[in-house]
Amino acid sequence: MAYVLQSYKKIRQFFIEIGELSYFAMRYFKEALKPPWEFKELLRQCYHMGNRSLVLVGVTGFIIGLVLTLQSRPTLQEFGAVSWMPNMVGISIVREIGPVITALICAGRIASGIGAELGSMRVTEQIDAMEVSGTNPFKYLVVTRITATMLMLPLLVIFGDMIALYGSALVENLKGDVSFQLYFNTVFDALEFGDLIPATIKSFFFGFTIGLVGCYKGYYSKKGTAGVGIAANTAVVTASLLLFVVDFIAVFVSDIFFEL
Amino acid sequence: MEKQDYISEQIDSLDQREPVIEIRDLHKSFGDNHVLNGFSMTLYKGENLVVMGKSGSGKSVMIKCLVGLIQPDSGFLSVMGKEIKTLDRKTLDALRSDIGFLFQGSALYDSMTVRENLEFPMRRHKEKLGNIRDTTPLVLEALENVGLAHTVDLMPSELSGGMKRRVALARTLILKPKIILYDEPTSGLDPITSKEIIQLMGRVQKKYGTSSLIITHDVDCARVISERMVLLVEGKNYIEGSYTELSKSTDPKVEAFFKK
Repeated sequence: MAYVLQSYKKIRQFFIEIGELSYFAMRYFKEALKPPWEFKELLRQCYHMGNRSLVLVGVTGFIIGLVLTLQSRPTLQEFGAVSWMPNMVGISIVREIGPVITALICAGRIASGIGAELGSMRVTEQIDAMEVSGTNPFKYLVVTRITATMLMLPLLVIFGDMIALYGSALVENLKGDVSFQLYFNTVFDALEFGDLIPATIKSFFFGFTIGLVGCYKGYYSKKGTAGVGIAANTAVVTASLLLFVVDFIAVFVSDIFFEL
Repeated sequence: MEKQDYISEQIDSLDQREPVIEIRDLHKSFGDNHVLNGFSMTLYKGENLVVMGKSGSGKSVMIKCLVGLIQPDSGFLSVMGKEIKTLDRKTLDALRSDIGFLFQGSALYDSMTVRENLEFPMRRHKEKLGNIRDTTPLVLEALENVGLAHTVDLMPSELSGGMKRRVALARTLILKPKIILYDEPTSGLDPITSKEIIQLMGRVQKKYGTSSLIITHDVDCARVISERMVLLVEGKNYIEGSYTELSKSTDPKVEAFFKK
C-alpha cells in the first residue's frame, strides 16, 4: 500500500512539474514579446554561452568525426564502399550526430551553469533584490538566457559539424589519400537542403529546451545552498532527457515535410 | 519616573506624526505553517522602528510583504498612503524607488562590480533621477557615505562581510529613498563591524531624514537605533514600547529577548 501511495505521489509530482514547466515556457513567450527588452544582457549571455562553449564543442566535434570515420572504415572497406565514406559521415553528422552531441554537451555546460547561477541568486536573495530595485527578474534573467541559448545553439551546431567533418577528412586524407578538396566536394554534393534545414530548426528547439530547463530549475531553486546543487544536477538530467524527446518529434515532423 | 513620563510623551507625540507604513491584521501561511496571525504596526515619518522576534517568527515575511515580494493571505498594507495589494506593476515599481531594502545577506549581484551594482537601480529609475549621463559622481557619493569609495571597481567576492553590507546600504541609498527596510542588518557580523553598521545606519537616518523599519534580534542594535520597538511573537505583535520600557518588563516572553 505504501509503495502504491509513494508511486502515486511521484507520478503526481511528475505531472505537476510538466504543468509548471509549460507555464514557465508560456510566461517566457509572454515576457519576451513585451518591451522593454534587455539587449545588453542578451548580448552578454550570447557571448558567455557561445564563445565559452566553442572549445568544448570544437574538441568534441573533431573527436567524433575522427572516431566515426576510423570505426566505419573497415566495414565499408569490406564491401568496397570506402568512396561512400564522405557521404555517410557528412549526412550522419549534419542530420543527427552533430546537433544531438552538441546539444548534449551544451546541456551539461549551459543548463547546469544557468541552474547553478540562478539557484544561487535565488538563495542569496539577489533575485528579490532585483525585483525590489524595479527590474522584472524574469525578463532580465530568464528571457535573456533562454533567447541566448536559442540563438547560440544553431551556431554552435554548425561550428561543431564543420570541425567534425575536418576530423573525418583528416582520417580520410591520412588513411585513404583523399584530398581535403575532394572530400568536402563529395560531402557537399551529398548534402541537400532537406538535411540542413531540419537540423538547423531542431537546433533552435534544442537551445530553447536547454535554456528553459536550466532557468526553470534555477529560478525555483529551494532548500538553501543544497538546492543550488540539486538545481544544477536536475537541470542537466532533465534537459538531456527532453532533448531526446524533442529530437524524436523533430525527426518525425521532418519525415513528413522533407521525406527523409 | 520623570524619564518614563518623557518616553510616554514621546510615544504620544508619534501618533500626531504622518504614518508612512501601516500594517493591519496581516495574515500569511505557508501550507499548515501560520507565520503571521494578524500582525499590525505603524511606522511614522522620520522614525526608527525596530521589530524584534525569534528566528522563524515571520519578521522577514512581513517585511517582504511590504515591498510586494510575498503576497499576504489577508490584511491591510499601505506604504506612503498606497495600498500595496491594489497597485499594478508599474506603480509598485515607482513606489519601490522610494523604499530602500537592505537584505540580510547583502544580496549584491555576484556577476557585477560594485559600480555596476550601484548603477543597476539607477538605470531602472531614470525618471526619478532625471537624465543622468555620467553616473560616476552619484556612485562615488553613495560609496563615500559608507566609507568605501575605493572599492568602486572591485567584485563583491573581493569584499568582506561588513564591506558587502555597507556597499548594499550604498546601493539602497543611491535612489534617495524615503523609507529604508533593514532585514537583520547585523546578522553574521562580528561585534565591531556590527557596531560600525549600526552607527552608519544612524548617520544615514540623520543625513537623509529617512524612516527606518529594522528587523532584528540583535538587542544591542535595537538599544542604539530604536525609538520604538515592537515584539513579534507567534505571528502577532505581542508588546510595543521604547527600549527602556521593554527591557524593564517582567513578562517572561519579553524578558527572554533581553537576557544576556
